[in-house]
Amino acid sequence: MGMTITEKILADHAGKKSVEPGELITVKVDIALGNDVTAPIAIRKFKELGAKQVFDVNRVVLVPDHFTPNKDILSATQAKILRDFAREYGITHYFELGEVGIEHVLLPEQGIVLPGDLVIGADSHTCTYGALGAFSTGVGSTDLAAAWVTGEIWLRVPESIKFVYHGKRNRWVTGKDLILYTIGKIGVDGALYKAMEFRGPVIEELPMSDRFTMANMAVEAGAKNGIIPPDEITLEFIKNRAKRSYKLYYSDSDAKYSEVIDIDVTEIEPQVALPHLPENTKNVREVSHIEIDQVFIGSCTNGRLEDLRIAAKILKGKKKKKYLRLIVIPATPTIYRQALKEGIIEILTEAGAVIGPPTCGPCLGGHMGVLAKGERALATTNRNFVGRMGHPESEVYLASPAVAAASAITGRITHPDEVYQGED
Amino acid sequence: MAIIRGKVWKFGDDIDTDRIIPARYLNTSDPEKLAEHCMEDADPDFPKKVSKGDIIVAGKNFGSGSSREHAPIAIKAAGVAAVIAKSFARIFYRNSFNTGLLILEAPEAVDGIEEGDIIEIDTKAGTIKNTRTGITYKANPIPPFMEELLEAGGLMEYIKKKYNLGGK
Repeated sequence: MGMTITEKILADHAGKKSVEPGELITVKVDIALGNDVTAPIAIRKFKELGAKQVFDVNRVVLVPDHFTPNKDILSATQAKILRDFAREYGITHYFELGEVGIEHVLLPEQGIVLPGDLVIGADSHTCTYGALGAFSTGVGSTDLAAAWVTGEIWLRVPESIKFVYHGKRNRWVTGKDLILYTIGKIGVDGALYKAMEFRGPVIEELPMSDRFTMANMAVEAGAKNGIIPPDEITLEFIKNRAKRSYKLYYSDSDAKYSEVIDIDVTEIEPQVALPHLPENTKNVREVSHIEIDQVFIGSCTNGRLEDLRIAAKILKGKKKKKYLRLIVIPATPTIYRQALKEGIIEILTEAGAVIGPPTCGPCLGGHMGVLAKGERALATTNRNFVGRMGHPESEVYLASPAVAAASAITGRITHPDEVYQGED
Repeated sequence: MAIIRGKVWKFGDDIDTDRIIPARYLNTSDPEKLAEHCMEDADPDFPKKVSKGDIIVAGKNFGSGSSREHAPIAIKAAGVAAVIAKSFARIFYRNSFNTGLLILEAPEAVDGIEEGDIIEIDTKAGTIKNTRTGITYKANPIPPFMEELLEAGGLMEYIKKKYNLGGK
């Protein structure tokens, strides 16, 4: 019996010839990541264990990205715990302010995660790296602490669902729209405990940025991991980044799936997920009467250079709507610098945007864009739960950067065609 | 452990970790501070209403969203003795075992229990009895490896033994 790409990576890291869904295995971990919210607990548990060192100083990664630049004294204390730990244990991949970016954009950018890796992170969006053909999943702080000591973790081998995307993508339809549409179709627990394998000719044409966006939101369907087989586009992305060896895995043609879901993208329009679940998806045009107070373009889902380019294309020479706040956060310092060089930052600020430093900040209602009672935001993020970006009676609508930029101009949810008639 | 008897607080489907412990309180991991805001965005009065030994009963996909271990920590520190749900999100499931919060997957029990009911959980037998109706429900069994973890006293204790670490 053949195996899926997920099963093959797990089997190799368990030192086994094959694995089957449902099996509990102990696997070797290539990268074990924590941030300023989750790592402080992991560090406390690590010390309680009495461990003298981490399993590998090059494979433990610390990214203080959630509440940095420190939003208050308590956050400063948490960030300091990471810094002190990094110093004491000689952690190679610790990122200080000025170097730090949003973890799930930063790690691939820096070549820390590579195809075929087995990655765990105390952050649910760790599943993002599946876009590189890695197995990658979120865990809690205690699991992270245990992995820092042992270099291993126990996992249940997930069943895989294969999603096959075909047809012709409409203009403005991006990876964000495809994954929102998919979650709308299967629900927020539609892939609970399972692997989502994204396949088909549409995926093969997608740039890495869109692939990361799709894998990033696998957890919003309850999945353990999202994964895309590596190809030329993947190899081009890692070409100047990889500083160690990596391995390419592919699903066998006779691999077993719990389900195969066929999606014709031809009919898909830009999507918006309404409060308070990512599965509440609609076509943009169905909800374009809804007025908004804030637009946020950023996050581990859509804070990449490609996302900022789309926003700048639509906002060039235009102004944001009066009384609306437009917040743009490049996900990493490298993206920020490149956006400066390309004139993107100038275009966006002239349109009335405020540019924030790389941080998760507003996505989780942390800082730099918190919502008041009754306010509505349209965000390029991944979650629109109750109170996610601020007051429990505020609302979050999820969409792509193109829809976000268009909506900033009109002050209501807007299809990009309404405000942009130029060439691609 | 034998019988856990407690009063029920009932919640719906897809209670995410942002509702269990909103991110605006994640600038600390102090259990007592987290407990002050437990379930706040699902029911603002919950931290005031909940008493030690109470039990949360919820629908499907409990604990979805973030990987924050602060969620089971907050529930436990608020005094909640157990969470029964139709299903759990996977990271929350792991985190609960790792932090010693008792969780049970029991879809039929959830449908047969109402807010305010007094229920009895037999952890050994894996059963849940509703004292109001007299009906006893069976919870889904825990994977054998998870039982091993529980017997060891959680993941940290298990690792200590397996890797022969001293610890504190």
